[in-house]
Amino acid sequence: MTSATPSLSPTAEAQREPSAFAEIRQETLALTRRLFVQLARRPSTLVAGVLQPLIWLILFGALFAKAPEGLLPGGMSYGRFLGAGVIVFTAFSAALNAGLPVMFDREFGFLNRLLVAPLRSRSSIVLASVLYITSLSLIQSLAIMVTAALLGYGWPGGLGLLVVLVTLLLLVFAVTAVSLGLAFALPGHIELIAVIFVANLPLLFASTALAPISFMPAWLGWLASLNPLTFAIEPIRAAYAGTFSFTEVVLQAPYGSLNAATCLAILAALAVGLFLAIRPLLDRKLT
Amino acid sequence: MIELQHLSKRYGSRKSQPVQALDDLSLSVPQGALYGLLGPNGAGKTTALRILCTLLAPDAGTVRVNGLDALADPRAVRRQLGYVAQEVAIDKILSGRELLGLQGDLYHLPSSNRDRRIAELIELLGMDDWIDRRCGTYSGGMRRRLDLAAGLLHSPRVLVLDEPTVGLDIESRSAIWQVLRQLRDQGTTVLLSSHYLEEVDALADRLAIIESGRVIAEGPPAELKAALGGDRVTLRVREFSDAAEASKVQQLLQSCEGVRQVVVNRAQGYSLNLVVENEGVVERLRRQLEEARLPVFALAQSRPSLDDVYLQATGRTLMDAELSVAGLRDPKAERKQSMR
Repeated sequence: MTSATPSLSPTAEAQREPSAFAEIRQETLALTRRLFVQLARRPSTLVAGVLQPLIWLILFGALFAKAPEGLLPGGMSYGRFLGAGVIVFTAFSAALNAGLPVMFDREFGFLNRLLVAPLRSRSSIVLASVLYITSLSLIQSLAIMVTAALLGYGWPGGLGLLVVLVTLLLLVFAVTAVSLGLAFALPGHIELIAVIFVANLPLLFASTALAPISFMPAWLGWLASLNPLTFAIEPIRAAYAGTFSFTEVVLQAPYGSLNAATCLAILAALAVGLFLAIRPLLDRKLT
Repeated sequence: MIELQHLSKRYGSRKSQPVQALDDLSLSVPQGALYGLLGPNGAGKTTALRILCTLLAPDAGTVRVNGLDALADPRAVRRQLGYVAQEVAIDKILSGRELLGLQGDLYHLPSSNRDRRIAELIELLGMDDWIDRRCGTYSGGMRRRLDLAAGLLHSPRVLVLDEPTVGLDIESRSAIWQVLRQLRDQGTTVLLSSHYLEEVDALADRLAIIESGRVIAEGPPAELKAALGGDRVTLRVREFSDAAEASKVQQLLQSCEGVRQVVVNRAQGYSLNLVVENEGVVERLRRQLEEARLPVFALAQSRPSLDDVYLQATGRTLMDAELSVAGLRDPKAERKQSMR
């Protein structure tokens, strides 16, 4: 090591006080950048997150390729029906894993490094996770959408595309909130992975991703029409149908019929509600 | 500069036994000092430092850094402090430079300052060869240096280090000592905790001995040693003795004239540590042992050392204290404690 230089003397307080916004922006961007760097150097999450739904899309679609016409409501092909389900599944799976980086940081002490720093707001930590996972989910979903288009399952029109993106965003927010909550509530990454593992497929099957409600027995139909995934899938399915209208009925539930606007409103309420619900937990753990 | 007053902290839940980690601990670190916290593992040093760095809230007590109340305005205190934790938390995928960049952003350094500072610290700590490799490839010494750089990035007034040289080779240790001395010389207040006597003796301007969550003794090392008075004798009847024999010899010598105290040192082969009035007593001891027909494997005499200060304050040597808690500690539970 070289000998002492003036660089070791403590400096006086910073001459200028940056604004709260500038500070939060600097922290959040730095944390988000870190997550993206990790992804870039270890892209397996991205790849797996696209590969799995891709396989579902192709295989399941092929499974029902020769299904009789008119089997599904509206006479649409199974591939198109499935497409919406797989797109939502992709976004959902990505968002469900939002809590993993946070859990690892908790376990290996990196979170302590963040907590010792004079963060303007510790919600930067949460915000960085949300930004990262949202981007990741949308990228993966887009990849699936492009594949679906290539397979001939269609592409939503202008307004339809907007609806798809907004719906996915709302769902991702809601699920990210749950995943982050779990990341702080559970004791370790093994427990978190277990919960993710167990939650993933049943939620998919108990929704209208793979089959319409009309195919299901009453009890499953009830579950599916209360499943948040369904509230995302149906508007997207409608968006793919070409002529999209917010007031058109998209979901025939056992308790009534819902239009796209209502489904989106429910998702929005979920997203907001879940973040509010985990706030006390986050406050407790991050202060 | 740093004022810890009457800190108390208890760990524990319904499932496990509650542990009183800190029990009315108070200490005061003057500005510009290199201050040592000495104590065995489990004494409460890490807990005290965590509370100081606002990672933990105490059950009771106050923490002031440079006049600022850590409990009322933790963010202001965080700006003043650099913390080098016992277990280096790094991100294996990032390079050292990227980690420092992230650290700079978390401390809101303007990017030009930040980059300049990073370059300065890389040069100072000799990290140039490996700073752009991934952190996952670093050895223990490299990680420590990186962690030190991260703690110094924002030129803090106070640097807090928790067991900074554990597991390091001699060279890395000396290098870190040198940096710490330089820091102190340039005006930074340095607070470090250690369970190495040599480290605290060599570095500290003042020290506090911590045991069971409280400060047992405090002051500059030289003063503490001088205050003890008397000479120290270490006696080994044989290379490795046993409890029975040690006890026997203890009783024999305790009654010897000029002997103030005889303590059995279980950690070092049941040897005996004696406090005697002066050098002349040693001859008397030798004669006593000869008369009792006891062998003498080693008989050494010295002025009071820091180990003796510790022994006097706590009733056993530091190594003895370490050994006695060694079996009781649960690394898993402690990991959980530090996990947020």
